[in-house]
Amino acid sequence: MSNTVLLAIDGSRGSDRALTHVRKRAELGGAKVVVAYVIEWSPYSFNTPEENAERHSRRETEISRATTSVVEPALTYLTEGGIDVESLVRHGPPSETLIKIAEEVGAAQIVIGRRGESGLKSLIFGSVAGNLIQTSPVPVMVVP
Amino acid sequence: MTRIFYALLALLFVALPAQAGIDDTINDITAPIASFIGTVVFFKVPFAGAQLPLVVLWLVVGAVFFTVYLGFVNIRGFKHAIQLVRGDYADPNSSGEVSHFQALATAVSGTVGIGNIGGVAVAVTVGGAGATFWLIVAGFLGMSTKFVECTLGVKYRTENPDGSVSGGPMYYLRKGFEERGMAGFGKFMGTFYAVGIFIGALGIGNMFQSNQAYVQLNTVAGGALDGYGWLVGLILAALVFAVIIGGIKSIARVTEKVVPFMAIFYCFFAIIVILMNLTSIPQAIANIFTGAFTGEGVAGGALGALIIGFQRAVFSNEAGIGSASIAHSAVKTAEPVTEGYVSLLEPFIDTILICTITALVIGTSQVADPNFANGAQGVAMTSAAFERQLSWFPLPLAFAALLFAFSTMISWSYYGLKGWTYLFGEGERGQTIYKLIFCAFVALGCVVQLGPILDISDALVFLIAVPNILGLYFLAPLVRAEMNAYMARLKSGEIKKFKN
Repeated sequence: MSNTVLLAIDGSRGSDRALTHVRKRAELGGAKVVVAYVIEWSPYSFNTPEENAERHSRRETEISRATTSVVEPALTYLTEGGIDVESLVRHGPPSETLIKIAEEVGAAQIVIGRRGESGLKSLIFGSVAGNLIQTSPVPVMVVP
Repeated sequence: MTRIFYALLALLFVALPAQAGIDDTINDITAPIASFIGTVVFFKVPFAGAQLPLVVLWLVVGAVFFTVYLGFVNIRGFKHAIQLVRGDYADPNSSGEVSHFQALATAVSGTVGIGNIGGVAVAVTVGGAGATFWLIVAGFLGMSTKFVECTLGVKYRTENPDGSVSGGPMYYLRKGFEERGMAGFGKFMGTFYAVGIFIGALGIGNMFQSNQAYVQLNTVAGGALDGYGWLVGLILAALVFAVIIGGIKSIARVTEKVVPFMAIFYCFFAIIVILMNLTSIPQAIANIFTGAFTGEGVAGGALGALIIGFQRAVFSNEAGIGSASIAHSAVKTAEPVTEGYVSLLEPFIDTILICTITALVIGTSQVADPNFANGAQGVAMTSAAFERQLSWFPLPLAFAALLFAFSTMISWSYYGLKGWTYLFGEGERGQTIYKLIFCAFVALGCVVQLGPILDISDALVFLIAVPNILGLYFLAPLVRAEMNAYMARLKSGEIKKFKN
């Protein structure tokens, strides 16, 4: 069985807790960690012509911002613990994209922090962790 | 600053009653100019008892030629177009880039405007029920013209140093001719088009839209806004100003997201009205067909109906004008021809679906009660047709019309600006000047009568079609070769689906 863990991060406090948790577990069990940052995006949205024309450069900015401010610090933190790491930044619908990545890298588990949003807010915006639990083909660990 | 603003506002309202006659004055000044431009561009030749404007002939011949030359790509490519829009062939590695769906949606919301509501009514009034038939035929043929335009738009787009993309006829005319060893001519054509689009944007995508939005608002207000077109115009202009100059992009973003739902809402209730006129449907359809070939009661007979149908169809779906190719060229794809396929759907949605639905709403109402409109024209006529069955509908219709008009104006301000920057560069000051002119015309549109506006808008639009279609003829072999090569690779399985 693969010993790869997919860690989904977004720079939130919940995702920081998940990061800490994954480092502890990986140090004990020697797992490989794939860090993924999914930038929420849908190919079926409606945009102005201007937004479309600038989309390509906007995408690059989004990726580099996610990489430098969230992904790289996480990689450094995990490497410090002597963990074998890899990273990915991708656009897409969050839970679907995470599942796709999990399949691509052959992850045995997905770890995600939770935002702890309840009630109305999660009803409107949905919850990535909640969706993952319902749809993921591999076990999902939600770090509180 | 705020105090000055309020003072001005107060002054405006004090001046209101005194200025009610302002509309008439402006209208008197502009009408002769409009009819002059109209006569020059709409150079008409007497043909089989009708007056045939040469530009309309130019568009029809072009559309027929592209349809035949590309082997009825408008039918054969339809299924593939839907697969592409659905994202079946979308490379996951380009997620986050402009998808086929997004490029199409943006282009459609630029084309779905007042033309779909008010323009159709104009067609039926002037060209009789038969004009509807030719409107649909024009939409069908226009799909092929769009295919050529949008393939070229993507193929010859320019990627700017800042990573943004600029495309459209001015680029494919220049680069396309350059490739064929006619650099000088290409430069001339590109410039010709750019001039055409930045002036043309002031008509079809501007004055006509604000005019009809005002008319519908006035209808709903029961005529309370009579003579206050200038005020409505100023408010609309201020909104457009806020978006394109004030940089309040959120307004545009919200509009862009609401428009598709409004279009669905509009079609939904239109179908309900048609169903409520159930007993009139057979007669309405019969009228469309007999009118198309006999041209009963229409000046110029069947040919008259055909001319009007084509004119209004192009006005609505913009095939042959090249404007949509500017919006389509933002797509992320390695195969320019894929965007050509996707663009086929644009005249289909705009003309064959939405315009036909409007035409049926009007047609069935006419059968049930020939005087339902009470002499109302344009969008007011469509509104009356809805009102016959759904008395509350004019209000949401006014809202929809306003949104359609607004999103079309925003899109066209962008198209016009692209023409402007092609000519004068990206300089900030120049862009602001153009945007200010654009806003001024928004206001003007609410003041001038529909007749002169249509004259000016039609004339300007068709003027852009001249360099564009001329270029399309020259570059069509290239599009055909590209289409055939792509189809071959698709059949051999070299181009794979990413989704099943």
